[in-house]
Amino acid sequence: MAKEGLKRTSLYETHLKHGAKMVPFAGWEMPVQYCGILEEHKAVRTAAGLFDVSHMGEIWLEGERAAEAVQKLVTNDATGLQDNRVMYSPMCYPDGGVVDDILVYRAADRRYLLVVNAGNRDKDLAWIKEQVGDLVDVTDRSAETALLALQGPRAEDILQKLTTLPLAGMRYYCFAAGKVNGTDALVSRTGYTGEDGFEIFVAWEKAAELWEALLEAGAGAGLQPAGLGARDTLRFEACLPLYGQELSEQITPLEAGLESFVKLDKPDFIGREALAGQHRQGPPRRLVGFEMLDRGIPRTGYPLRDENGRQIGFVTSGTFAPTLQKNLGLGLVETGYARRGTIIVVEVRKKMLRARVIPTPFYKRPK
Amino acid sequence: MKVPENLNYSKEHEWAEQREGGVIRVGVTDYAQDAMGDVVFVELPETGQSFAAGESFGSLESVKAVSDCYMPVGGTVTAVNEALLDAPELVNKDPYGEGWLIEVEPSDEQELENLLSAEEYKQYLTTLKDEGGD
Repeated sequence: MAKEGLKRTSLYETHLKHGAKMVPFAGWEMPVQYCGILEEHKAVRTAAGLFDVSHMGEIWLEGERAAEAVQKLVTNDATGLQDNRVMYSPMCYPDGGVVDDILVYRAADRRYLLVVNAGNRDKDLAWIKEQVGDLVDVTDRSAETALLALQGPRAEDILQKLTTLPLAGMRYYCFAAGKVNGTDALVSRTGYTGEDGFEIFVAWEKAAELWEALLEAGAGAGLQPAGLGARDTLRFEACLPLYGQELSEQITPLEAGLESFVKLDKPDFIGREALAGQHRQGPPRRLVGFEMLDRGIPRTGYPLRDENGRQIGFVTSGTFAPTLQKNLGLGLVETGYARRGTIIVVEVRKKMLRARVIPTPFYKRPK
Repeated sequence: MKVPENLNYSKEHEWAEQREGGVIRVGVTDYAQDAMGDVVFVELPETGQSFAAGESFGSLESVKAVSDCYMPVGGTVTAVNEALLDAPELVNKDPYGEGWLIEVEPSDEQELENLLSAEEYKQYLTTLKDEGGD
């Protein structure tokens, strides 16, 4: 019953065994939920959740000029990026539109790992080869690399049971190579939920074993398998952008509020000129967070209007935020409507519902 | 999937229950609530509003999506389940009981005969599974 043309991770059978509901996502058949999105969301905020994110792409840049290639591709500045450190960055086109938003891992002076969105993998690979293929060896190791995300306040305790890597000393956005559950792994303190947590890269065929070992190690700590549904509500509350919604080829990182990841003082990178121009003039649109005042849930693509009914933008993401128990949205609006407290109107299936611009992120984990 | 014997069903996964005084109580089936996942928002009509059979009378929203609710029979709304406004999760917890949506005074009782019996609805659900969709 494989759905036509959809790829499966090595955990497909494991997901079915754990009662997952599978859906198509970015060309993959992925678990959207196990016991329910709300319960999984809560588990990650209060204990821990385990996600299969093996659909993400892993592209390696290797060679003497690897650092130079990275600097050309991404808008953030990797100059100070040390070995075993991770950096988030948009990767742009010359016009400032976003090819993808990625994580850059510096494994060594001459070796960098780029972790890219599943739906962009082919496009990214072609783009990277075209732009820096003459500088470095570009290798797509996505098909042999599985990725598990263990997220939540109990993640460290749980993972520490399976590894001798000293996790307490590993800071956010750092990583290390070592054994986890007896198998070679790359462990990084990163995630996409707004919680503390780890992402664990292992060989494709080792993932199912590690998945079960982690669930067992976390059984007493409230660890639950969690699907893409909870991943989306978690990242939404933390206001982490989702490519295709908050970022796209038509939305620049400056419009999306990612100016701290665009280093215009870096000598050169793809998109610099366009982004510098937009920075000088001020971006015409801004990403804002808003809270519904009237009853209704904003959804991706719904029009945003001013109080006179003129369209001023659109919703990029929106849902009922489980931790905050509110109907919230992210939207791209004309800059004049981006100020905190501004009343905007969301068109929800032909009804005009009022909302108020509020600060982001909606959720910040307690320190 | 629970499919109580005493109810009638539509292919849109609504159930209809004949109650005292000729009123029809309407809700969504166990299959529907399971397919939607956690219901977090419910939009219901006002009492006194009239709808034809098959017309949308409201919507249920899960974390991820919006689903319209369709009238299994035409008629006038005589009651709505106000409890759902504060507790939409009742639709998941008890779709045939506390999670009911509206009550309707049918405009034409004959329309009930167009609905599926429990047996026919169960049969219908198996055809959906064969297609692998929902």
